[in-house]
Amino acid sequence: MDNALKELAAHIKAELGEDITDTNIAHGELFVGVKADGIKKVLTFLRDDSSCKFQVLSDICGVDYPERAQRFDVVYNLLSLKHNQRITLKVQTDPRTPVDSAVSVYPAANWFEREAWDMYGIMFKGHPDLRRMLTDYGFDGHPLRKDFPLTGYVEVRYSEEEKRVVYEPVSLTQEFRKFDFQSPWEGVEYVLPGDEKATEQG
Amino acid sequence: MAEVEIKNYTLNFGPQHPAAHGVLRMVLELDGELVERVDSHIGLLHRGTEKLIENKTYMQAMPYFDRLDYSAPMAQEHGFVLAAEKLIGCEVPRRAQFIRVLYAEISRLMNHLMNVCAQAMDVGATTPMLWGFVERETLMEFYERVCGARMHAAYFRVGGVHQDLPEGLEDDIRTFIKEFPKVLDDISTLLTENRIFKQRNVDIGVVTQEEAMAWGFSGVMLRSTGLPWDIRKAQPYDVYGELDFDIPVGLNGDCFDRYLMRMEEMRQSMKIMEQCLDNMPEGPVLSEDPKVAPPRRTEMKTSMEALINHFKHYTEGVRVPAGETYTAIEAPKGEFGVYLVSDGSSKPYRCKIRAPGFAHLQGMDFLTRGHMLADASAILGSLDIVFGEVDR
Repeated sequence: MDNALKELAAHIKAELGEDITDTNIAHGELFVGVKADGIKKVLTFLRDDSSCKFQVLSDICGVDYPERAQRFDVVYNLLSLKHNQRITLKVQTDPRTPVDSAVSVYPAANWFEREAWDMYGIMFKGHPDLRRMLTDYGFDGHPLRKDFPLTGYVEVRYSEEEKRVVYEPVSLTQEFRKFDFQSPWEGVEYVLPGDEKATEQG
Repeated sequence: MAEVEIKNYTLNFGPQHPAAHGVLRMVLELDGELVERVDSHIGLLHRGTEKLIENKTYMQAMPYFDRLDYSAPMAQEHGFVLAAEKLIGCEVPRRAQFIRVLYAEISRLMNHLMNVCAQAMDVGATTPMLWGFVERETLMEFYERVCGARMHAAYFRVGGVHQDLPEGLEDDIRTFIKEFPKVLDDISTLLTENRIFKQRNVDIGVVTQEEAMAWGFSGVMLRSTGLPWDIRKAQPYDVYGELDFDIPVGLNGDCFDRYLMRMEEMRQSMKIMEQCLDNMPEGPVLSEDPKVAPPRRTEMKTSMEALINHFKHYTEGVRVPAGETYTAIEAPKGEFGVYLVSDGSSKPYRCKIRAPGFAHLQGMDFLTRGHMLADASAILGSLDIVFGEVDR
């Protein structure tokens, strides 16, 4: 299994060297980093090349790493029925830079990209219909970003007086609690408030 | 007579419609009675499952998978535990693997029974639904006997399953396997040669191989076009590789083929269940590695270390090595994939759920184009949509 993936990785690198940033094989899966402006070319190649034939797009999703300058990963999962192989492509982007839409290569990308836009605010250039997908009509924000609170900002209820559903700011009787279960013997860093200034100066 | 300009008519189908299989809202653009365009509005059942999972430990996240496709809960659990096991790299005891396959197939039966009968009801036949649900109740009882819940089982664990099968369950499943084909035959007598059922389903919603691949279809939808692609065969997980079963494929890719295939898949599932019962070895059902699974209850009562270990499992949870995986299983509806990213902590950093229904519903637009309005519900029925997994 791993040998076939290594061969595939080498083949892709040889053919598309300038668009590939890195390849990595883990758990019997192949992960390929792709430069943002080359994604459409790479996808088309992977779909049409006779030793790839990744004709099925299983999934597109976003991942958020807020500490990075290019905070989003767009992850493409492709499947080749012919060679019984899977490949995962990753593209990095930020909220302002659109990624080329894959809809013209795989029609299935349409809803997956809409979902990624809805959940993360990743923009796709050339998408025919980039509307929100899963959230409410008139929703504000991108809920799967790491800086979006788990509880959200608004809650809805049916108002008997107004005879309609009303939106109100979330009010919780108890804040959502995150417990710290890290063992103090395993190198947790408990920084006392204010202490970080000392290390910055030193 | 002078030609009359006919204006297209826009019809709102759902979200509260018995044939919408949940909360689907479709905006249909009609030319007379012909559908010209379908705009599906989904997300009315969006619960933010993926966000919730990011804030839970792996064990706490698992029950959310029951709530995705609630007509076959354990199939989803299977996908998640396999993904987590891949990242942890742990061994699963053989007995647990057999139990998981057994229950995955029971889930498949539950799903197909529901779908076949609902598809029949969508085109006007009510009796199969009533018959099918009697059997479904028996299957749910099997669920209840291993885990205490009829639907939301939370039975699979990373590293095995939670409990061993209770006494007497094996015999009851065997009795069921013996008697159930009779019910399938009865349902099939009602539907397969039924003139109305055929008129409503044959040559409706035809998918070609190219279309199925381009739109990311999987499972029955893909096989109905004649492609023998089943993840249980192609990329076997747990003990599927050792079992003997056939994959039914369709010829025409229409709604009727899909109905026939689901009927046949149920018979194959029973074959798998029987083999699981025959070959199941004795032994543990949950990994005995204290880093993977909590200790057994009896051990906990006598050993201090086990108690501490148990406490760590239920508070901090298992710390999963950093890494990522896309693990797919053959859920009853198609390819159910879990893209799991771990940052080394005890909570998933990202867990994307790839639901088969999501891709299938996307195809609703091109499948329905040019069909009559009444066919829309027949096509929707054969797509096998459950909103728990589409909206997540």
